[in-house]
Amino acid sequence: MGLPPDPAADDSALLQSLLSAFPDSGIVGATANHELTVVSPPSLIPDLLQWLRDGVTPPYRMLADLTAVDLFPREPRFEVVYHLLALDHGQRVRIKTRVSADAPVVPSVVFLWPAAGMLEREVFDLFGIQFAGHPNLKRLLMPNDWQGHPLRKDYPVEGER
Amino acid sequence: MTLNMGPQHPSTHGVLRIILQIDGETVLRAEPDIGYLHKGIEKSCENLLYAQVVPLTDRIDYLAPMSNNLVYSMAVEKLLGLEIPERAQWLRVLLVELTRINNHLVWLATTGLELGAMSVFLYCFREREEILNLFELCSGQRMMTSFIRPGGLALEPPREFYPRLRAFLETMPSRIDEYEDLLTENRIWIARTRGVGTLSADDAIAYSLTGPNLRASGVQFDLRKQSPYCSYEKFDFEVPTRSEGDCYARYIVRIEEMRQSLRIIDQALRGLPEGPVKADAPGVVLPDREKMKTDMETLIYHFKIVVDGFKPPAGEVYLPIESPKGEVGCYLVSDGTEKPARMRWRGPSLFNVQVLEKLLPGHLISDAIAILASIDFVLGEVDR
Repeated sequence: MGLPPDPAADDSALLQSLLSAFPDSGIVGATANHELTVVSPPSLIPDLLQWLRDGVTPPYRMLADLTAVDLFPREPRFEVVYHLLALDHGQRVRIKTRVSADAPVVPSVVFLWPAAGMLEREVFDLFGIQFAGHPNLKRLLMPNDWQGHPLRKDYPVEGER
Repeated sequence: MTLNMGPQHPSTHGVLRIILQIDGETVLRAEPDIGYLHKGIEKSCENLLYAQVVPLTDRIDYLAPMSNNLVYSMAVEKLLGLEIPERAQWLRVLLVELTRINNHLVWLATTGLELGAMSVFLYCFREREEILNLFELCSGQRMMTSFIRPGGLALEPPREFYPRLRAFLETMPSRIDEYEDLLTENRIWIARTRGVGTLSADDAIAYSLTGPNLRASGVQFDLRKQSPYCSYEKFDFEVPTRSEGDCYARYIVRIEEMRQSLRIIDQALRGLPEGPVKADAPGVVLPDREKMKTDMETLIYHFKIVVDGFKPPAGEVYLPIESPKGEVGCYLVSDGTEKPARMRWRGPSLFNVQVLEKLLPGHLISDAIAILASIDFVLGEVDR
């Protein structure tokens, strides 16, 4: 096939230990395309990611990516997606959280990984999602005085002019 | 004093602006300001068919175009659940390793140039010419090849490609020896790079560095070995790692990687299996080009695929590969239509630029040039 090997059977084991570490929290998980995706409420994100980084064996030490998806017109509209990587055997997990357009705020994880600094700025710039606790949340790619958030689905691809 | 290392600067490897707070010649604080090369690729992809995205991927990391093609094609193939024939996989490995050498040659050339070794620049580009000629032979394009596409390769490489590649493999090892002769034990090179820009393994992980930057800091992590993709498990090669984490270590790691890439290409060339270079995927893969020129049904079929595209099932994948600069990941979200709902490009260059805020303070401005050069980023990938 040429694709990376299937994740170990640990995937469902990870989900089980996650659910027992955070009981009654609204966390759900599923595996699709050989990838485990966990959906969590926004407030739980820092604790959940810290638990994955420090409290699991193997530890998911690296934040591979932090991004967002606009699912307009579905509500809640935005999905903030975190990809974590465990360096020991290359396992990965995807954590998602959903926020709506009226209150697009997610706690920042920059205190866990400094790499999140620019990643959260980019999501703020292109989607308009705020990251509570980020020390320097300003636009990254667009000019500082730009109006609008280009990667939102209701933003035209040619730009508003 | 605040010094602007502005977007137009010969040593920033592209349109990167770094706002430096300096005291005399020592950097106190460095803030990268990016976005000068933002082309809106991710936004554009949401309005293009899956096959139309391939030429855009070339232009993200324009020094390693085949690598980018590969990561996107594999992401689409994962969504579709396609089986890629062995010959296509081996050729992909061959071309991507050639791309790795290409990238490292440009890196070495520009790093040498920054630090004053102009001959290295000219020698590396001489070798790069041959690689670009090989790419042109395959795909018609020197740089933006768009050769690796969802389903396999665009075409079977021409017959002349293989003997020419073999000739390149014969001469290249001695050329790498030449570069090493010029630099590795050179007192000026060592003075400018040893102990400069030291990054610990913990910091490298905290800043999500991958690829040669991570391996030069002592973390032996290479996706080709850790989670082999595209038949990499069939090849015998080593992953160079150093523990010092300074610019010199990054230089040694990349030189060694070039040699290992030559090894992989040699094995690929010797053991290349026979077979098709496109998957058996009606509706996704274009039919045989020669047949298309004479057979009406094939032409209609070709037309339908080009104009209508294909609809992968709804879902999402994150597909990482070991590209020359680090881990490139394509996070592709499909909503069941013929256009991607989201194509997120996780490029290592953004992390490489971000780590500058950690690396530059405490060094002299001239060290800043050495660090910028050794970290290896390309602004197309930083800004997309």
